[in-house]
Amino acid sequence: MSIATKANALWEYANPRKFLATSERVLPFFWITSAVCLFVGLIWGFFFTPDDYKQGSTVKIIYLHVPAALMAINCWLMMLAASLVWLVRRHHVSALAARAAAPIGIVMTLIALATGAIWGQPMWGTWWAWDPRLTSFLILFLFYLGYVALWEAIEDPDTAADLTSVLCLVGSVFAVLSRYAVNFWNQGLHQGASVMRAGAVTGADTEEKVSNIYFYPLLVCIVGFVLLFVALLLYRTGTEIRARRINALLARERING
Amino acid sequence: MIALLLRDLKLAFRAGGGFGLGLAFFLIVTVLVPFSVGPQSSLLSTIAPGVLWLGALLACLLSLDRLLALDWEDGSLDLLATAPLPLEGVVTIKALAHWITTGLPLVLAAPVLGVLLNLPVPGYLWLVISLLIGTPALSVIGTFGAALTVGLKRGGLLLSLLVLPLYVPTLIFGAEVARRGAIGMETQTPLLMLAGITAATVALLPFASAAVLRINLR
Amino acid sequence: MIPDLGKYADTVLSAYAASILLLIALVVFSVLRGRKVRAEMEKVEQRMSRNG
Repeated sequence: MSIATKANALWEYANPRKFLATSERVLPFFWITSAVCLFVGLIWGFFFTPDDYKQGSTVKIIYLHVPAALMAINCWLMMLAASLVWLVRRHHVSALAARAAAPIGIVMTLIALATGAIWGQPMWGTWWAWDPRLTSFLILFLFYLGYVALWEAIEDPDTAADLTSVLCLVGSVFAVLSRYAVNFWNQGLHQGASVMRAGAVTGADTEEKVSNIYFYPLLVCIVGFVLLFVALLLYRTGTEIRARRINALLARERING
Repeated sequence: MIALLLRDLKLAFRAGGGFGLGLAFFLIVTVLVPFSVGPQSSLLSTIAPGVLWLGALLACLLSLDRLLALDWEDGSLDLLATAPLPLEGVVTIKALAHWITTGLPLVLAAPVLGVLLNLPVPGYLWLVISLLIGTPALSVIGTFGAALTVGLKRGGLLLSLLVLPLYVPTLIFGAEVARRGAIGMETQTPLLMLAGITAATVALLPFASAAVLRINLR
Repeated sequence: MIPDLGKYADTVLSAYAASILLLIALVVFSVLRGRKVRAEMEKVEQRMSRNG
């Protein structure tokens, strides 16, 4: 298959009917695999990994904290991509997918913040510190809130999709800017992103690596979170499409009679 | 363009709104701070730059919902959209008018209010400089927020929710310049960042505001 | 069965509880709303096909 036809095949899913039919077919797969991955990963992490010599058993929180934080950021990136697709190609499914994703992002941000605070209490001696990473996540949370509030406030769905898309673009720029500003403003307590460093896998990075015992269950959890995100996203987008269809049908009904 | 600016300024003066209200709000916030944190002058002079910056920011925010709403209601925004002047120019003028009626008075009032908060002497210059450079960014970002929420019945609160996260970088660098200036540290890095933010937002954000306004005027 | 969590038992357990509760709440709310909307759509569609 040439690249062009492949691209065309991708755009076919922009048709709401096609999207609904396909998502209906693949959804059970995503629900089940995400449940399995999360179950295996969390059980593995919770019951079968040793305590860290420094952090004790609190190291087990990593299996929730890191995947949630990853998904909180990836969810915004996905919304950014969907907003761009909506602005450029005017596919309704895309705008609705961005709308459907935002609450997932809010919950992921909340999980990352909550687990971080609970972990921080014994480790740093405080629930909350104005550390750059924590602060950035709080700001991300505010961006999510504003985005959702704007969607809720505007009645006309196409106007709402346009305005939230622009907000998402502008917000992304400012979110990155805030990240740098916050970094400048306070050098933090938070350890660097240690999971994805190459050394973490090869074991070459001795200082702050996440060793393999913790890495494999963590990887399973990350995969589980990604699959759960996809499942929720497909499901919620389907819901939004149906809600739009109801509105369209009701509007037609009013016109006809 | 200049005619539009003059018209906006005249309206603002006559209504008295943005002009007096923002200043009064700034004054009240500054006066209330010592009541809430206590009168120790050492504490006050530590937090003075940040409090003054925050007060100016909130005063700026307060007047944003009137920025486009009046023109929206009486339909002159529709006229402006069809006028030969591009909408990007219109929103820039609107932001400029907002800055002249709100930002500039705040900059001038800030050193006076600094006295109330025991702002250290070297801080006055840096406070005025940082506000002078930073407040245009606040007006431009605020215009974007006002354009987003212009058609909404109760847009005011939503406007604050949308605009406040966008204000974070400006506030951080602006307050940092004032804080460093007050304690005699070098201020070059945050000052350059602040100027960069203002330049970038003034140059780019009017395009987003105009695009948003076009969507809302559809 | 439950491993020895040492002095941090409360911390770990509350982190797990909070996260899992949030995740379950998200899934439950999504599914509830999805069911409602789907049922409503079928109702409206049926009415349309009867009338139209």
